[in-house]
Parts: sequence; C-alpha cells; structure tokens
Amino acid sequence: MRVTQGTFSFLPDFTDAEISAQIEYALQQGWALSVEHTDEPHPRNVYWEMWGMPMFDLKDAAGVLMEVNACRKTFPDHYVKVNALDATQGWESTRLSFIVNRPRHEAQYRVVRQEGAGRAIRYTVERADGGHH
Amino acid sequence: MNTPAPAPATAPETIDLAALARETKVHEVLDELDRELVGLAPVKARIRDIAALLLVDRGRRLVGLPTEPPSLHMCFTGNPGTGKTTVALRMAEILHRLGYVRKGHLVAVTRDDLVGQYIGHTAPKTREVLKKAMGGVLFIDEAYYLYRPENERDYGQEAIEILLQVMENQRDDLVVILAGYRDRMETFFRSNPGMASRIAHHIDFPDYGAGELYSIAQLMLTKSGYLLAPDAEVALRDYIGRRIVRPNFANARSIRNALDRARLRQASRLFATPDRPVGRDELQTIAAADLLASRVFND
Repeated sequence: MRVTQGTFSFLPDFTDAEISAQIEYALQQGWALSVEHTDEPHPRNVYWEMWGMPMFDLKDAAGVLMEVNACRKTFPDHYVKVNALDATQGWESTRLSFIVNRPRHEAQYRVVRQEGAGRAIRYTVERADGGHH
Repeated sequence: MNTPAPAPATAPETIDLAALARETKVHEVLDELDRELVGLAPVKARIRDIAALLLVDRGRRLVGLPTEPPSLHMCFTGNPGTGKTTVALRMAEILHRLGYVRKGHLVAVTRDDLVGQYIGHTAPKTREVLKKAMGGVLFIDEAYYLYRPENERDYGQEAIEILLQVMENQRDDLVVILAGYRDRMETFFRSNPGMASRIAHHIDFPDYGAGELYSIAQLMLTKSGYLLAPDAEVALRDYIGRRIVRPNFANARSIRNALDRARLRQASRLFATPDRPVGRDELQTIAAADLLASRVFND
C-alpha cells in the first residue's frame, strides 16, 4: 500500500528535475528547506529524523538536491521528505512537505478494532509488516 | 554531453553572433568592466576571450554542433588590492548572462569558512558553503591556506577533496574561483595536482602603476561625491609615489584607505572651524593639507 502523506503524495514519484522545480519555487518564496527521513511513516509519527540542519540562505535548488541525494544514498530504504519552512510570522512553519524517496517495499499498516468498557470501540493503526519496532 | 547533439530539424545554417551577444547583454557587463576598472588590460583581454568562447559555444549548440560543457573554474593571482574580488563579481554576472550559472551570485570565503577545528567538523562546513554557492560563483580568497603541508593532520585536505569532487561532478551547478598571491598559488598547485588540472583559466592581475592609481583615486572620489583642490591633486600624486615604495602597499586598497583617512582629516578640519557657515564647496573638497598630514610625508 502506498503511503500517502504530505503534498503531491497521490501523484507518481517525482523525478529529480521535478523535485528541483518544487525546491526552486520554495526558494523563490524565501522559505528555508530541510530534509528528513524515517523508517516509520506512521501518520502519528510527526518527528522524522533530521538529515542535517535546515538550510537557510540558499540561492539554488542544486544545494538542496545534493542533501536529498546524500540522504537517499545513506538510507535507500527509508522514507525521505523535503520540508519548506516559512519564517514570515516570526516562527518557522511548514508550508510544503513532500516525500522524495520511498523504500522498495512500502510500510504496511492495518486497523485494529478493540472492544472497550461500555461497548466503546477503539481503533489503532498498527504496523502490519513488522518493519519497525 | 560529449555526444554530438543531433541537429534539431529547425537548426539554422548560420548564426548571428552579434545578435546573440545583444540578446545576452554580455557587452553591457564587459563595457562596465572597461569603464569602472582602471588598467588591468591583460585581465580584461582574458575575460573578453572567455566571454567570446562561451558565446561561440552557445552558437555551436544552436546550430547543432557538438559542445562540451566548458570547464570554467578559474584562478586569479595577484597582489592585494589588484581587483580580484571585484573582477570575480563581474565574472559571476557575465557567466549568468551567458547562462553558465543559474543565479549569478558570488559567495566569497576563506579557509576559516571551509575548514573546521575538530574531526568531522570540516565536511559539513564545506558542504554548507558549497550549497550556498550553488547556482553561482564560489570565490576562495587565499586558497593556498587550505593546504598546510607542515601539519599532516590538518583538516584543509578534507575540504580540498570535497571541493574537488563538486568541481568535477557539478560543473553545471557552480564555478569556483581561487585567488591569492601568485607564487603561493603556484606552490599550492604543485602540491595539489588534482586542483591544478581542474582549473582551466589562470588570470594574473598586474600591480597598478602610479598613473593608474591616480585614476582609481579620482574614480573613488567621484563615486563618493568629493573633489580634489588643485594643490591636493599634486599632493595626491606625490602621496601615491611615496606610498608605492613603502612596505605593505596594497594597490587600490591602500588608496581607498588613504582617501578614507583624508576624509576624516577634512571632517575634523571643517569641524574645527567654528563660528562660520561651511559651504557646499568646502564640504566636498579635499584640500592638500588633508593629504599632506599623512605619515608617508614624514620621512
């Protein structure tokens, strides 16, 4: 099952040229960019590992793509995403976030239903392929 | 991109290089270079050569001839104050107009910006700088400090290796200009053949003559809205003649500093003239006394 989160995730995977074009757009808006990766793309896992510091003062997409490729090379079987952060309000807030690398075998999840007290039902999304512990 | 590009069906038979030059507006930058930089004839000639090469290269591509992405990394050698940084700025502009760098900005760094102090500190620092320079020109001043043979564990070597890798693999993404004293650059290249072989253009910046320095001073004064009194012109020529032979003479930079000090003295002189309104003429005129107070006239 394809993990769909962040922008563009229902589209086919981007080529490097398409990734560059998106980064270029973010740079034109004056946003900072960062690269993050994880092996657990659970929707509740909001803290992905940072791949280096966020990048400020860049002029060209090639610099970000360099980090994307370095991250992909180190973690070919992780999900890698590019975030664009806007600081105009005085804090950095995410404006754009899209996945740029997926593992060969995508993470699998299933919904588990649990009977609670008083006939309450709780649902849990849990990893189904044992990929993450 | 070494393969002969198949000529597009619409490839023209002839190409108007002059029109191409007009279109890229590269002459504007070259003329500006001529106008605003005094002397430096060999430098200007080399830059015109490079601009012509790039323009012809574009023309070749348009008619469908094979083109090889030219290696544009350069080395500027010369004494301090001979205009290396200024020319590098213009170079970035020229390369941008001709489409060889995408953004055309200049990132000027020295050893301290590239080399870290601890193990594992250098690579991220160098990469950081490289990322900022992507799409533009990376200007490394006094590049020979990157290599310190006296300390075999110096981290400079690590920075050089990362630089080399990017200079080779990402030629489309950035142009590197190394700068420094000529003899030290030569020693640096002898011990770093990898670096030497990746730098195609070596441009030597000659020292300025006294006449050129005088023109530079005039240009600087005009730009900042000052005039020389007639006797101050004589004093300035005299000053330049004396300053040139003194140690630590740094060409145009010394002239700039001298003029800054003269402005200071002019300001104190005007400030010390009490109870009298000061006119526009006085405010913009540097008098001979402002220059003659310099310590080069003491010996």
